[in-house]
Amino acid sequence: MSQSPLHQQTLSQLASGLHKKSFSSVELTSHFLDRIKQYDNQLNSYITVCDKTALAQAKAADERLAQGNAGPLTGIPIGQKDIFCTQGIKTSCGSKMLDNFIAPYSATLIEKCDTAGMVMLGKLNMDEFAMGSSTENSFYGPSKNPWDENTVPGGSSGGSAAAVAGGLCPIATGTDTGGSIRQPASFCGITGLKPTYGRISRYGMIAFASSFDQAGPMTRTAEDAALFLNAVAGFDPKDSTSCEEPVPDYTQTLNDSIEGLTLGLPKEYFTDDLDSSIATTLNDAIEALKKLGAKVKEVSLPHTDYAVPTYYILALAECSSNLSRYDGVRFGYRCENPKNLTDLYERSRGEGFADEVKRRIMLGTYTLSAGYYDAYYLKAQKVRRLIAQDFHKAFADVDMLVCPTSPTTAFGLGEKTSDPISMYLSDIYTIAVNLAGLPGMSIPAGFVNEKPIGLQLIGQHFQESKLLNVGHQFQTVTDWHSNMPANYR
Amino acid sequence: MSIKLEDVVKIAHLARLSLPESTLEQYAGQLSNILAMVEKVNELDTEQVEPLANPLDNIQRLRKDEVTETDQHNAFMQNAPASEAGVFLVPKVIETIE
Amino acid sequence: MEWETVIGLEVHAQLATCSKIFSGAATAYGAMPNTQACAIDLGMPGVLPVLNEETVNMAIKFGLSVGAEVAEKSVFARKNYFYPDLPKGYQISQFELPVVKAGTLTIYLDDGTEKIVGITRAHLEEDAGKSLHEDFQGMTGIDLNRAGTPLLEIVSEPDLRSAKEAVAYLKNLHTLVRYLGICDGNMQEGSFRCDANVSIRPKGEQTLGTRTETKNVNSFRFVEKAINYEVSRQIAVLEGGGKVVQETRLFDAVKNETRSMRSKEEANDYRYFPDPDLLPLVISQAQIDAIRETLPELPQDKQKRFKEQYGLSDYDANNLVNNAPLGGYFEAVVKQTAASPKLATNWIMGELSAALNKADITVENSPISTEQLATLLDRIQDDTISGKIAKTVFECLWEGMLDVDGIIEEKGLKQVTDTGAIEAIIDDVMANSPEQLAQYRDGKDKLFGYFVGQVMKATQGKANPGQVNNLLKKKLCS
Repeated sequence: MSQSPLHQQTLSQLASGLHKKSFSSVELTSHFLDRIKQYDNQLNSYITVCDKTALAQAKAADERLAQGNAGPLTGIPIGQKDIFCTQGIKTSCGSKMLDNFIAPYSATLIEKCDTAGMVMLGKLNMDEFAMGSSTENSFYGPSKNPWDENTVPGGSSGGSAAAVAGGLCPIATGTDTGGSIRQPASFCGITGLKPTYGRISRYGMIAFASSFDQAGPMTRTAEDAALFLNAVAGFDPKDSTSCEEPVPDYTQTLNDSIEGLTLGLPKEYFTDDLDSSIATTLNDAIEALKKLGAKVKEVSLPHTDYAVPTYYILALAECSSNLSRYDGVRFGYRCENPKNLTDLYERSRGEGFADEVKRRIMLGTYTLSAGYYDAYYLKAQKVRRLIAQDFHKAFADVDMLVCPTSPTTAFGLGEKTSDPISMYLSDIYTIAVNLAGLPGMSIPAGFVNEKPIGLQLIGQHFQESKLLNVGHQFQTVTDWHSNMPANYR
Repeated sequence: MSIKLEDVVKIAHLARLSLPESTLEQYAGQLSNILAMVEKVNELDTEQVEPLANPLDNIQRLRKDEVTETDQHNAFMQNAPASEAGVFLVPKVIETIE
Repeated sequence: MEWETVIGLEVHAQLATCSKIFSGAATAYGAMPNTQACAIDLGMPGVLPVLNEETVNMAIKFGLSVGAEVAEKSVFARKNYFYPDLPKGYQISQFELPVVKAGTLTIYLDDGTEKIVGITRAHLEEDAGKSLHEDFQGMTGIDLNRAGTPLLEIVSEPDLRSAKEAVAYLKNLHTLVRYLGICDGNMQEGSFRCDANVSIRPKGEQTLGTRTETKNVNSFRFVEKAINYEVSRQIAVLEGGGKVVQETRLFDAVKNETRSMRSKEEANDYRYFPDPDLLPLVISQAQIDAIRETLPELPQDKQKRFKEQYGLSDYDANNLVNNAPLGGYFEAVVKQTAASPKLATNWIMGELSAALNKADITVENSPISTEQLATLLDRIQDDTISGKIAKTVFECLWEGMLDVDGIIEEKGLKQVTDTGAIEAIIDDVMANSPEQLAQYRDGKDKLFGYFVGQVMKATQGKANPGQVNNLLKKKLCS
């Protein structure tokens, strides 16, 4: 194992190498910076590469390692989704609107990574303001899926998924509003965890839909995700919606037996909509879990069909308001020679945002406007409760839900860009989890036509440990997660 | 509910978005399709259901009344597209609420 | 046609906290532009609001003081509109569920009547920044120091029927928030601002007419002027066969008129919805009870007490209550003197207030202590000096002399009460004014005053006026 190249190693392997001084953080960081140079013109996974600051951070990490006051993540390189504010470094959110924005402060998650001694390699590509499922909505052009560069890596955290899958960083962060960690993780054959809403601070994470947005790790393995979650989870006094729930050591329970655990299979998630070869692959994965001692039971989430409509009403309403601050006055893009105030607003926003963002802002503006609020927003909030209740009822019978992450494998670049709704439907299996604020994780579960596909685990509020435990146990008996695309090994 | 061209113009203005004339038709079609998709929620009877605003149903926590921020206007002004003497500049505002 | 005026007021009281409602930036007035606007106040990407607990406590205090129910659960909502002084493109406010529900405020009108004015609600919200209109390369400057300052918006029912009532309500509210210590009430700095909703209807009509909202009339005088202007304007419109347009208007204090603000009109679809960055505000009964314990005596209670305990008129009680430090001074004086509270009131509202105003100082800095004034009143009460002579003593005290009795002694101001001495002087005066005496005795009663004046002049004002009157009457008629 220790002979495998650095970019194929897991975080615990890298940490062990750093602590044993088999290599330094500067060497490790340089290795990834070199790979970015070599491969990222194909993948387009980074918006900004931070060579200088990364090497400085690596040097500082090496000093900590030498002094013996290093933590488990000290010296480990990481790629950050460009949605997190990073002080002194461009934070674009994938948008022309923020192409010139140098964040004056750092997100709480970034500060926690800094405190842990992690090394930020750069800022990763994403759909503009996290709105999309393919990264094709990025101002910086789409990222490519390293398994097949003619396909998308998924989105909105597509740059993160592509970078981890292509070995351009050992771990990346993503954010998940309706599936934006899990779906790209599935498309790129990596592990992606969306924790419980409020588990990781949203402070400094540029908002798309505030009551849904949640950050999480995108890694090779569940164990890596556990290590990272240990460092960044927890209450933040700067985020009113973050939770005071105590943070357990997520690595402690990874090796627990899953004997006797009851897994629920939501029947609404295994219908004819699901590609049959994907269904077959996922069934094999579920069999593997059964072999580990888990029991399986069918459950029902009767309001499943309402999840996508509910999500799009609520998330777009929130988005329309959240994005009002981009007005060309205090920061960000400002149009040339505004004639008057209205012209300043309309052109700065019209030129600074691309189509999908504008579409979503308009829809959200419409559903909140006078006379429509009750019919759309309020109605959707009520349906949101019904959807959440579906899950709570199911959890009375089972410990965890198991289902597909996505109805398809990675689709072709340009395949869905002309039809927004078909793009929206690529999140049908992930969206309900965000409505209910539950933790969800996608783990690599096999390949269909040489493209990776993920299995989604859904837990009860704050039961990330259980998801990570099951994911890790699965990864001890499978090796889908250690596959790397041939061109990037 | 179908969105007409004039609705697109109205919404775009409410959201302060300039849209090229040539794209209005397309927006109208796409927005109508999305609205048709989300209309589905109206199939459900939610008479007895409380709206859910936050998935955890938590309550607001309060902050002590303390000044914790220092003056950083020089740093913030670095991002300002137009500023002078520490203020942000916008095209002349004629009538105003003070 | 006879018209009835209907007025409702929306008052924005800036809460006297150290830090802003949703951020840890300072709220001090008058700082250099944008030096008190932190990332949260500027609406930087990714920032989040956290509610200041003191603003909640202050809202509870207010709610209790107007007998309102404090909402067990209230919700913050976003009011969406674009304006350069509104950094996020929305204002965080409360819409459907405000923190303070319906209450009442009793006001005292000049004619001595009381009126109970309904308070619809009061809610917490953030203030916006300021647009600066001096010339910045032909552009408008934006200063966001005020953005995020906590406001309590207090909305009255349309219970007020005249500009005078509106002013009385406003003054009472102004007194109340200062009593509670939740607002400094500084109208010049904009700490206490008022929007007036005005409509008219034919007298006897039940339904309300179309109203206009006049924004930011920021002195008691302007409120009265703006409302009166608006009422005559609306009457002229209606009597001219026109219709009043529901709109926002701005009061121009220079031209003394209100003007339509069309710019504000086009964006009145505020798209309110609950702010997903903030959770419902839940207030426990225990918290309300604890705050109730800290409430000071409220102005309306003090008003009642002053009337009952000291026998003051509505007018005097109201004046002393509206100026709390003066009311405190009054009570301290009353405790130390045998003179009547009415006499104390007259001196405090009259002589003392005039002197304080002239010197532009507040009663806390009065050069005359309550003890000194009490002694002075005692000397009037026990007839040592007359009220008129007391003014001379008062001036000496004001100039820095300390001892009332010393001043009376030193300046020989003691009242002459010796009947014999006064009679002797009266005799002298009568002897020196034979013509006047003859006319008086012929029935020219008015000349009585002349004789009093002569006697007082001869005694340098020190003769007891009552005694002089009595003795003069006797002598002149005999």
